[in-house]
Amino acid sequence: MWRDAALVAGRDLRIEARSRVTVHQVAPFALLVLVLFAFALDPARSILERATPGLYWITVLFSALLALSRSAALDETAGARDALRLSGLDPSGVFVGKSLAVAAELVVLEVLLGVGVIVLYGAEPAGVGLLAATCLAATVAVAATGTLYGALVSGLRVRETLLPLLLLPVLAPVLIGATRAFEAALGRAPADGWPWCGLLAAFAVLYSVAGALAYGTLLEGS
Amino acid sequence: MEPIVHFRAAVALLGRFPALAGIDLDVMRGEIVLLRGPNGAGKTTVLRACAGLVPVVRGEATVLGHDLRRNAAGVRRRVALLGHASALYDELTVADNVTFWGRACRARPDDIAAALQLVGLDGRLRDVRVGRLSAGQRRRAALACLLARRPELWLLDEPHADLDHEARDLLDRLIRQAVDQGATVIMSSHDLDRALALAHRIVTLDAGMTADQRAAGAGPGTPAEALRGDGEATSETTAEVSHVA
Repeated sequence: MWRDAALVAGRDLRIEARSRVTVHQVAPFALLVLVLFAFALDPARSILERATPGLYWITVLFSALLALSRSAALDETAGARDALRLSGLDPSGVFVGKSLAVAAELVVLEVLLGVGVIVLYGAEPAGVGLLAATCLAATVAVAATGTLYGALVSGLRVRETLLPLLLLPVLAPVLIGATRAFEAALGRAPADGWPWCGLLAAFAVLYSVAGALAYGTLLEGS
Repeated sequence: MEPIVHFRAAVALLGRFPALAGIDLDVMRGEIVLLRGPNGAGKTTVLRACAGLVPVVRGEATVLGHDLRRNAAGVRRRVALLGHASALYDELTVADNVTFWGRACRARPDDIAAALQLVGLDGRLRDVRVGRLSAGQRRRAALACLLARRPELWLLDEPHADLDHEARDLLDRLIRQAVDQGATVIMSSHDLDRALALAHRIVTLDAGMTADQRAAGAGPGTPAEALRGDGEATSETTAEVSHVA
């Protein structure tokens, strides 16, 4: 499985590196959202500072939707899905590989957005360990859930609009948990954030396992 | 000798539509079988069913010893399907694409390199992105992916489409070489001249059923010649073939 996962992750990342969609489209979109939030809330700087964790994770989720939609579309074109089924690749490996590639793109985005909230919102990072652990768990959760739902809607004509509609409610616990953990880290009370981080980790494990088990069925059914 | 493809009264559904409505087909190892028939006759569905991509819901369906009704996925690593869609990623180079699909099928690096060489994509086109290739070059890249996995059963859906004269010659040569080495080929093609010159047998489909099976050949007066002339051969000029019997 891991060999297949590495092969698929390498393919997706190579395609991303060549097309530069994350760099040229998703990252500017994410920064633009941050800037618009800053414009909207600037008159009340205190509100902006208090809302920083929530705004950060909402921006991450919106940007993730673009990355996930593109990841799902890769296997939609030109008979690639049939070729995947014929290849004999382990479906669990395909799922893990695609999730890892999306996660790698999200990590880059999160770092970029982290710099953005420090510069634009005046956030002062504290509790670096909690911030890193939260990012890791939330990233895996978003990537695994998104990849699973991407396969679920594949083959449908309305998949691009349906994916956000299905995914955002499912990711609500991730948004809540990551926001609370970030609030604790930025509020210099990291101890309060670890239970939320644990919730994120549980969510990530749950959807990673479910995705690895269900991906083959979804690949056949789509 | 057991046929490597055995369909008897096989029914396959696309949604609720019976794309195959009780097809009978037997293909022996080393044969080249041409599927003919009007649009919607079920040619592509037969090829996809042989690849384990379309579930057979009724009748008998065995490919390379795998019962498709029990475990359609079991046969997939041993066959290759060259369809209308190339399954290539536009952003990746020819070499990237062939390497990816080759490694996915556990092909050896030597086989991947040889496949690129065989289709003439080992030169300056090797590192060109597929999105920049012509339709014919893309078709050759897809053929390289097929060659890299060294399938026992070639399933070719309109393989001559988009290819220029030289590439068609090359494809025909590769098919003959593969058959000489023990592979079996089932193909559908609207390029009848070439397909009839290659095929050992012609199976005509209509409305998802087998309408006719006859021997093929390239010489004057053969069933193939009759087919080429009028589009349909009379029963007097054809020889029914039944490998099972």
